[in-house]
Amino acid sequence: MGKLFAVVLTIITVVSTAIFVLRVWWLPADISAHGPQIDHQLMETMVSSGVLFVLSQLALALFVWKYADRRDGRKVREFPGGATPMVAAAVVLVGAEILALTLVGSKVWAGIYQTPPDPNSLQIDVQAEQFAFYFRYPGPDGRFGAIHPELMNEATENFFGLDPARDTTARDDIVVPTLAIPVGRPILLTLRAKDVNHAFYVPELRIQQDFVPGLVIPLHFTATQPGKYEIVCTQLCGLGHYNMRAYVEVMPQPQFDQWLKDKAAQQ
Amino acid sequence: MRTHSVSVLVTALVTGALARPAMVVPAAPAGAAGTISGKVTYTGTPPKMKPIDMAKEPNCVTQHAAAPVLTENVVTGPGNTLRWVVVYVSAGDQGSAPATETVRLDQKGCQYIPHVLVVQPNQPLDIYNNDPHSHNIHPLARVNPEWNRSQPAGAPPIHTKWELPEFIPVKCNVHPWMHGWHMVLTTSHYAVTGEDGAFTLSGLPPGKYTVTAWQEQFGTQSQDVTITGGETKTANFVFKATPY
Repeated sequence: MGKLFAVVLTIITVVSTAIFVLRVWWLPADISAHGPQIDHQLMETMVSSGVLFVLSQLALALFVWKYADRRDGRKVREFPGGATPMVAAAVVLVGAEILALTLVGSKVWAGIYQTPPDPNSLQIDVQAEQFAFYFRYPGPDGRFGAIHPELMNEATENFFGLDPARDTTARDDIVVPTLAIPVGRPILLTLRAKDVNHAFYVPELRIQQDFVPGLVIPLHFTATQPGKYEIVCTQLCGLGHYNMRAYVEVMPQPQFDQWLKDKAAQQ
Repeated sequence: MRTHSVSVLVTALVTGALARPAMVVPAAPAGAAGTISGKVTYTGTPPKMKPIDMAKEPNCVTQHAAAPVLTENVVTGPGNTLRWVVVYVSAGDQGSAPATETVRLDQKGCQYIPHVLVVQPNQPLDIYNNDPHSHNIHPLARVNPEWNRSQPAGAPPIHTKWELPEFIPVKCNVHPWMHGWHMVLTTSHYAVTGEDGAFTLSGLPPGKYTVTAWQEQFGTQSQDVTITGGETKTANFVFKATPY
């Protein structure tokens, strides 16, 4: 029985490792300028935890194979000092690994999230609400109209609560349910939530950021590949959460200019 | 606890039928009955009817590929007419038998059809999902109990009714652009204007009436009209429109 368990352990270890090594379920191709850092960090985490996983599982299998069927109850050997130093050693070893990953990872994360955006970034306002995303471009005047939550009205498509009757800067704001961005240009999103927590997740952009009601959260990135990608909400936000999605369309600058012009005409 | 109930409406408001001048629900009192008819128009500049981008629901984009759906909060027609205005007798109604025919609301192409429906208290209302994906109908009732229900593709119709008179905005929790109105009216004398802005209220026994026109963005206007016999009186309504 013990030998069978050892074999099963080994099979589990080999199969689960193979799934990662062969990249059966892997991240989609990266399309962002900062993505390689994230991927590098993910790979480091994966390799270091993977090596430990394989070694510990195989060691476990080896010990089970060798000693599980002993009937006389003799101990093979005792850890010097007993159980307490053994647990302490495990905590220090595992803790050191996690700490090391955290320190290196924080540097990568901070380098992406806590750096100022490029001053030439294209700023786009994003609003998440149950259960959709809306995006706002400043229009030809380059300025966003002020937001008045009491004026938010889905029936009139006034998702951002603009006041075009009194606020002339709001009149040319372009509000759309699809995020279009030019390829290669730094983008600065300002995230707002209308009701509850939501998240902005585009796996290809290697970006995942929560929306928090009451906060305006900046998020900047540069897309490097044209294409159409899905934006999904990854914070359980209510009954319709499963259907909360939008698309990001990365396009060459001239095509983006035309797109923006077309949308402006529809406002 | 109150039960949901009631309600009303205009019946054949299926897309094609909307081109008709107006929906008429005749009462049938004995003796010479009069009619009030007229037109609803606007002055000024109304808000633009904007194309609705349904990118979130690709199937609905496909359904409207030929012509995108436009916002329906203010729908205008040739000659400054206003569509989706509910014109009804708000005072002086001499009563009529409760409406029993079932009113139908469709969710098709991520749109409520009709945009505005009228029902009487306790009139059966059936809500259908004709789309190959879920909807979540959410009437924002304040006088009646508020509810919201998910209706997956292929689900049976929701049988419901409204119990108390109320103008209820209705939204879809999954598709923010979907909006409609359930107008629960106690009178059976009402009409919903079509693109030509015209309405006819017929079968009115002699008496003094207040006729009210309601438009979701512009509010209400009322006129007093006296019917003395089998005559047709005219009552036109003009709303002042602003672009924002």
